[in-house]
Amino acid sequence: MPDDAERLGGISLNTANPVLRVRDLIVRFGEGCNYCLQGAALEKGRCPYCHSVWALNKVSLDLYKGEILGIVGESGSGKSTLLRALYFDREITGGEAYISEYKDGEKNIFEISNQQKRYIRNQKMGMVYQNPIMGLRMNFSSGGNVAEKLIAAGIRNAGSMTERAKYLLNHVEVPINRIKEEPKNFSGGMQQRVQISKALANNPSILLLDEVTTGLDLSVQARVLDLIKRIQQELGISMIVVSHDLSVIRMMADRTVVMLEGRIIEEGLTDQILEDPIHEYTQILVHSLL
Amino acid sequence: MDHQNNKQHYNFAFLDEGAKREIRRSILKAVAIPGYQVPFGSRELPIGRGWGTGGLQITLSIIGKKDILKVIDQGSDDSVNAVSIRKLVTATTGVQTTTDTGCATIIQSRHRVPENKMRNDQIMVLQVPNPEPLRSVSPKEVVSRTLHSEAEYSGIWLRLYEGIIKYGHTVSGADHPVMVEDRYVMNPSPIPKFDNPKLHQSDCLYLFGAGREKKIYAVPPYTEVVSLAYEDYPFAVEDMTGRVCKLCGAENVYFDEIFDSSTGEHYFQCSDSGFCARRRGKIGGN
Repeated sequence: MPDDAERLGGISLNTANPVLRVRDLIVRFGEGCNYCLQGAALEKGRCPYCHSVWALNKVSLDLYKGEILGIVGESGSGKSTLLRALYFDREITGGEAYISEYKDGEKNIFEISNQQKRYIRNQKMGMVYQNPIMGLRMNFSSGGNVAEKLIAAGIRNAGSMTERAKYLLNHVEVPINRIKEEPKNFSGGMQQRVQISKALANNPSILLLDEVTTGLDLSVQARVLDLIKRIQQELGISMIVVSHDLSVIRMMADRTVVMLEGRIIEEGLTDQILEDPIHEYTQILVHSLL
Repeated sequence: MDHQNNKQHYNFAFLDEGAKREIRRSILKAVAIPGYQVPFGSRELPIGRGWGTGGLQITLSIIGKKDILKVIDQGSDDSVNAVSIRKLVTATTGVQTTTDTGCATIIQSRHRVPENKMRNDQIMVLQVPNPEPLRSVSPKEVVSRTLHSEAEYSGIWLRLYEGIIKYGHTVSGADHPVMVEDRYVMNPSPIPKFDNPKLHQSDCLYLFGAGREKKIYAVPPYTEVVSLAYEDYPFAVEDMTGRVCKLCGAENVYFDEIFDSSTGEHYFQCSDSGFCARRRGKIGGN
């Protein structure tokens, strides 16, 4: 895609071979009707006739190796739905996605068996949810939480799993002597860091982060963001960072897409979007930050 | 007491023929798919669900007039539960019973497998309270069945790992999960780990019945049954070294630990009372 390379200007991304390619992804709640299925205008993502909600309305995007892609948008714009669809947490209505590390990016990952989906989920992707309850087993030790991903990947050596858990927990600054302790005893920021180490357990090539700093106080927020940035630089993991907080996006993302009512309305370099927004909604969004 | 002479006439083996046929069909399916839990229509019985109704329904469905029945509860022929079940079966079938494992053709048991090696012409019926090894992973039947269908057993392995990381060893005592024919993970019913190896490549047929949970499953003879364990924490049965049965002097069997409060003495006795009695030359049937 030559226009991508052009738009990205000086950034050296391998745009020929995206790590993740999403095409026309649709998540619809409701049957749809002759009106909305034709692609006619919706009211806030909702069909005025059959009242189906188009949470994702033909979303397409590329994620390149080693980049952080930001997704911004207001509540209900479809950001989290997009991540959950990609992580197979939510059934999709239509569309395709390809991962370069799975069958050379030639197989639509929404059309494969549940076993294969689980393989991708456990070996190729990591997910960090806004709420640690979603991503962690609160009644299992933090070591066990990290090990869960390794077990799912087929590792059956307890010693090596413990070593890996120690390494990762240390990496995210969770004291190793708390490896036996359940995350329910931890503070919110610490739970979030356990979640990050769990997501990293199998060296995923794609990390999905859904509002990871929402609800954390500012100093903890900064440390979690620093940590994510450091991991991205050290390990070269491609990430999608969802946030409604533009300062998080400004700090983290190389490129940003703006979502509204289930559609991507604008995309480009983060600086471009923040300095020179084109779409009316993006202008309002950026303006409200300043 | 003969079942013909009861004031009220019961069908042979209490259950009606239709019920027995359905349960036998479920058993056949269970034998065909080792380790797979086959749902069945658990019937009302004169004992409460959760008191061995699953095992009892299997026994009543497969028993014939020439069978010789042994019923044990945690190894003992004399516990109330074992005696009641034995009485019910004999009252409605008139079959012979025994406490001698070697003489029995059907052995219904709660939580133990006898010490004697079981033969190919014997059937072991085990009562199961919780047939679903994935129940701790998800309370939803639809989820656990999907996980079985995809052979996705991470949750069970995680449970084993939790014991290792917290206490340095797996913490399961009874009901340690097993992998059957490299396909289904199965709860062997709460038999001690000591009995798990007896399921592997055994000569006899094992049938498992969970009456409350309405499931039947089976381990046919000569099936691969491997207790789950991590490579670096191999499966181990309870260590019985240094323990001797006070009554018969047996070693390397599964023991009950007994405390005599009047003398303050601790001692061990064979958990398998039929085995112990035989060693002491005191064995009998009716």
